[in-house]
Amino acid sequence: MEILNNKPGEKAILLGNEAIVRGALEAGVQFVATYPGTPASEIGNLFYQIQKSDFKIPGLYFEFSVNEKLAMEAGMGASYSGLKTLVAMKNFGLNVASEPLLPFVYTGTKGPTVIMIADDPSCHSSAQSEENTRAFASLAHIPIFEPSDAQECKDFIKLAFQVSEKYNIPVMVRTTTRVSHQKMPVELGPLPQINQAGSGDFVKDVNRFVTLPPRVLNMKQELLDKIIRIKDLAEKSSVNKIIRGENKTLGVIASGISYLYVMEAMQKLGLSLPVLKLGSFYPLPDKKIQAFLKGLRKVLVVEELEPYLEKEVKALAQKTNCKIQVFGKDLIPETGELKPEIVTLSLAKLANKKYSVPVVKTIPTLKRSPILCPGCPYWLVISAVKKAVDVNQVVFGGEIGCYMLFGSSVVNLQDYLACMGSSVGIGHGIKKASNNKKKLIAFVGDSSFFHSGIPALINTVFNKSNPLIIILNNDTTAMTGHQPHPGNNGIVIENVVAACGVKNLKVIDPVNQAEFIQTIKDFMDAPEVSVIIARHPCIFVAKKQN
Amino acid sequence: MIVGTGGQGLITLLQVIAQAAVFSGLDVKTSELHGLSQRGGSVEVHIRFGKKVYSPLVAKGEADLVIALETQEALRAAYFANSETTFLINKHIITVPLQDSFTEEQVLKLLSGVSHKIELIQASELCQKNLGTPVVAGTYLVSLAAFRKIIPLKTEMVLRAIQKVIPEKYFELNKKTFDLAKHDEGK
Repeated sequence: MEILNNKPGEKAILLGNEAIVRGALEAGVQFVATYPGTPASEIGNLFYQIQKSDFKIPGLYFEFSVNEKLAMEAGMGASYSGLKTLVAMKNFGLNVASEPLLPFVYTGTKGPTVIMIADDPSCHSSAQSEENTRAFASLAHIPIFEPSDAQECKDFIKLAFQVSEKYNIPVMVRTTTRVSHQKMPVELGPLPQINQAGSGDFVKDVNRFVTLPPRVLNMKQELLDKIIRIKDLAEKSSVNKIIRGENKTLGVIASGISYLYVMEAMQKLGLSLPVLKLGSFYPLPDKKIQAFLKGLRKVLVVEELEPYLEKEVKALAQKTNCKIQVFGKDLIPETGELKPEIVTLSLAKLANKKYSVPVVKTIPTLKRSPILCPGCPYWLVISAVKKAVDVNQVVFGGEIGCYMLFGSSVVNLQDYLACMGSSVGIGHGIKKASNNKKKLIAFVGDSSFFHSGIPALINTVFNKSNPLIIILNNDTTAMTGHQPHPGNNGIVIENVVAACGVKNLKVIDPVNQAEFIQTIKDFMDAPEVSVIIARHPCIFVAKKQN
Repeated sequence: MIVGTGGQGLITLLQVIAQAAVFSGLDVKTSELHGLSQRGGSVEVHIRFGKKVYSPLVAKGEADLVIALETQEALRAAYFANSETTFLINKHIITVPLQDSFTEEQVLKLLSGVSHKIELIQASELCQKNLGTPVVAGTYLVSLAAFRKIIPLKTEMVLRAIQKVIPEKYFELNKKTFDLAKHDEGK
């Protein structure tokens, strides 16, 4: 595997996410936990491949956790036991994991810990919202580094481990799709030997690991003190650097992918502006920013999504020099990812350079929406549902997985969609709101069922609603690249469902259409919750087994 | 840039061109999308190389070359094209259920208003006829573009990159494809 190439000094063309894995390996990571979610999925896939291959690293523990909260908690346990730990997930995953994250930042780490989060501006592979993880900086007081390219992905992961080690605090590395899915030649460093797996040792320390009041308030103060010290580090660190320019009045502040677009735009426009490139988002190097602003008349803050950086810069500008004009979201959109031409245009406007975004001829194109694969067993479920019920009289609950595509116009079996496990949770609310009269079918995938569907199912039993839940049991986490889930390892879904107190329960291969259709009809009018487990492997799993 | 549909091997071709650029001592950045696009959706990958490259994305209207592995997908690349953009389009239509396809003639006609360097190439057919499989159509088009100097990289660098990037068991097939492109370029 290219990623395990142990020839330091050589360059390999790596994807941002591959560089993150490489950086963690170069740092000597010992414990990795993740739940798949694009644009972060490749990180777990790579560790999984490494551990399954002939190149297995004996000192490294890796797991696909059941959900992101459990990945975070596994990481906390490993860190408390002194191991060098990486936890990776996509932005929405951090919402699930935020409950343990906040106390984790309070207790701090023992083994250095990096939390890698990938955001997805423009929602290329995200069905929920255009979430900006930067907000966690102010919520959790967690230091955040933001690489621009694959080389920095590797360098910043190593730096984040160093900062974590020095200050005993979990450190976040935040990317976006265009960073995680960007390739470039990356210079490789040496791969260290890693200590034997299982070398962690939890040593009791109530003062350190128990967040109870009144101690918890001291912990918060200790955290804030750490942040002040890390701020000093941010002031001195070369990740926050000024690229000098000839222009004395106009400057640019940028980070992440935006920085690359700024440099590209200057090349195109023949501009030489001073640029402050910020590699750390939290804490910010206030003094460095103020020094950069001094003397300038205008500064443009180039950032994707919400103007978090712009607000900070405006506040600092006010302290420094009231005359400076700070531009940002007045020129750069807050919705959708940035594109090079948008950045070029905004820079040209401020620098009085002639530039117009190229006018391209608009011609008709083919609409090629993603669709379930030919041969996907879900087609059989769709077919049975459409034959069993009047689709206009039934509400269909969707959530995250390949079956999001039930919302496509050719299928049209999705009336709401929010997040993992929510088809059942929201369905319960719809049921109770109508005194169980509204007819409702909630679809939930097998990996999602384990992720967060089980508590939702228990809630329908506990609080007595009667949706029909169809668990799409294809034996894999298909959408994100066929990662394994607990059902592949001895946990039998129907046993779990039965143990939750569900009486109307059937396991059916949807190939048996007549039985499937009849069971839907029988269960639709049941007074209690019903579950059909539609068991048929994903065609890719079936291929692998043959 | 390369356009096509999920499963056509765009990312492998991206890696070949990027590797050839690195072998030539150039800086390179690429961008690709994973996830939903794999489920039969449209895929576009961006490749930029040169002395110093910052952005991984091709800017609007600024592509030098578009390789389309599927005929109709070439239309989508018009957003990145100008009148000088070269289009090498594989003659290969993948239909969409319940939608009318564009014919080759329609695609060529629409694109003729975008650029004057549009070419439809029977890459899939040629590869099927000469090599027994259409799967190497992408390798054929990339090799052809290199032999014609549309991709400003030496062809031996492209071959070296194919050797490095393509799994060993498929190398012979891809080498033959490369040779076929060389032969056809000379015609």
